[in-house]
Amino acid sequence: MVKAEAVHKSFGRLEVLRGIDLDVYPKEVMCIIGPSGSGKSTFLRCINHLEKIDAGRLSVDGELVGYRDRGDKLYELPDSEVCKKRSEIGMVFQSFNLFPHMTALENIIEAPIHVKKESRATAEARARRLLERVGLVDKVDAYPKQLSGGQQQRVAIARALAMEPKLMLFDEPTSALDPELVGDVLDAMRALAEDGMTMVVVTHEMGFAREVGDSLVFMDAGFIVEAGNPRELLSNPQHERTKAFLSKVL
Amino acid sequence: MTEIASGPSSSPAGRRPEAIKAVPVRHPWRWLSAFVVAVLLFAAIYTVVTAPLLRWETFWQFLFQRLILDGVRLTLVLTVTAMVIGIALGVVLAVMRLSPNPVMSAVSWFYIWFFRGTPVLVQIFFWFNVAIILPYVGVGIPFTHVGVTLSTNVLIPAVVAAIFGLGFNEAAYMAEIVRAGIISVEHGQTEAAQALGMTRLQVMRRIVLPQAMRVIIPPTGNETISMLKTTSLAFVASVPELFTRADQIANSNFRYVELLFVASFWYLLMTSVLTVGQFYLERYFARGSQRELPLTPLQRFRRMLFTFHAPTPT
Repeated sequence: MVKAEAVHKSFGRLEVLRGIDLDVYPKEVMCIIGPSGSGKSTFLRCINHLEKIDAGRLSVDGELVGYRDRGDKLYELPDSEVCKKRSEIGMVFQSFNLFPHMTALENIIEAPIHVKKESRATAEARARRLLERVGLVDKVDAYPKQLSGGQQQRVAIARALAMEPKLMLFDEPTSALDPELVGDVLDAMRALAEDGMTMVVVTHEMGFAREVGDSLVFMDAGFIVEAGNPRELLSNPQHERTKAFLSKVL
Repeated sequence: MTEIASGPSSSPAGRRPEAIKAVPVRHPWRWLSAFVVAVLLFAAIYTVVTAPLLRWETFWQFLFQRLILDGVRLTLVLTVTAMVIGIALGVVLAVMRLSPNPVMSAVSWFYIWFFRGTPVLVQIFFWFNVAIILPYVGVGIPFTHVGVTLSTNVLIPAVVAAIFGLGFNEAAYMAEIVRAGIISVEHGQTEAAQALGMTRLQVMRRIVLPQAMRVIIPPTGNETISMLKTTSLAFVASVPELFTRADQIANSNFRYVELLFVASFWYLLMTSVLTVGQFYLERYFARGSQRELPLTPLQRFRRMLFTFHAPTPT
């Protein structure tokens, strides 16, 4: 589903990604861990072209992200096509980023109506189903400010799912939450994984990575240090840096 | 460690201690300063109202006079049209200013620099006199005879000159207000919208601008109130708005002060109405930004009337 080959990315003189190679298979749940500044969030944002990569190849579902390959040359995709590709990938942010001037329902139906050109009725019906799935049917008309962090994040998940994406990206979805609210969000993500969604999750929740993840990637300083089965990697890390990191967080 | 007698079960509502009744602190200086200010205010009002040569009957005579009322109407028309032009053009200029296209942003910068840097009085006068340097204006295809040509005087009568002068000047100020509003919206909002596949234009229209409105509305209200009064500068183009009318009447009966009072009465009335309108507009765009909307004055008044009994503990 996602294929990265030698992906490089710099911000000015700072090299954030220094050659990332990985494959995410359909229905796979891949968790990415690593110290802050290791480039894991940046890599996630490259997948839906919120950041442009400088070198290497990154493709989703067999198609390059942001470019078209015509034999010997790469052509940048026009905005309209970038938007279309993004609409097929859901993303959940650390800081929720719900639209504060819209109710929970309006947040969810916004993109289906204006991007997918669905009818309001269809979009609303799906939105209600999604809110029910994340346990928030009674919050249909609440504004984000009236919701707790955990509730906001679950609305954000529903908002991303409303576009019926083929891939979901999670950027530290529980890092901004109070500890007692983390569980609800993780439950929603676990349910999603059980339904067979392909997911790439940048997280600090080792428990989630162990129980739900199919694969685990440890990143540091713009490289993938180690990758593999989450249970093996967490209990028996091979690399010194992985060991040092895990000893601090576990 | 002493015993900790808390927990919701151990303090039932019945055992809530008596409300505190204490003798309030006296504030003699507050009373004195209030008294001094009140006396000064009364003296000022008394002096004006009883000015020996002030004729109140003239004030009343012209307050609802037809010429004055026509002037009020034209003042409103000027205010509304100039603000509409100012806001519409201001939004376009603000978006241009933030555009990645350097020509767009430079043109917007230049426009703001020019129109904000010259007095609005000069601009009105310029549009009023533009026919002197440009007697005809035409639109057509270059090097052919296809097109339309019109006399500038027909195209820009005095009222239009005033609207151009006021509106184009306002656009420069509005552009800065809108730009400040747009950059006040968190970048995460744009990213979230883009991640959903929304286009640049959709992100701007559906997500960023509605949130920017909270920052844009209060200064825009100020601008509108300011514009209402600035329309009196249309006087230089002999546009018969409120102030011009008052001045014309005063020129014939020499009761300048009374007619200035008449004009001021209407300006005050109109700005008061705008102030109320601004309150409700701000309230509308505040939805979602607070847990509860601020009360309207009517709601506050009602709450005051019906909450004489002790406030319920929260």
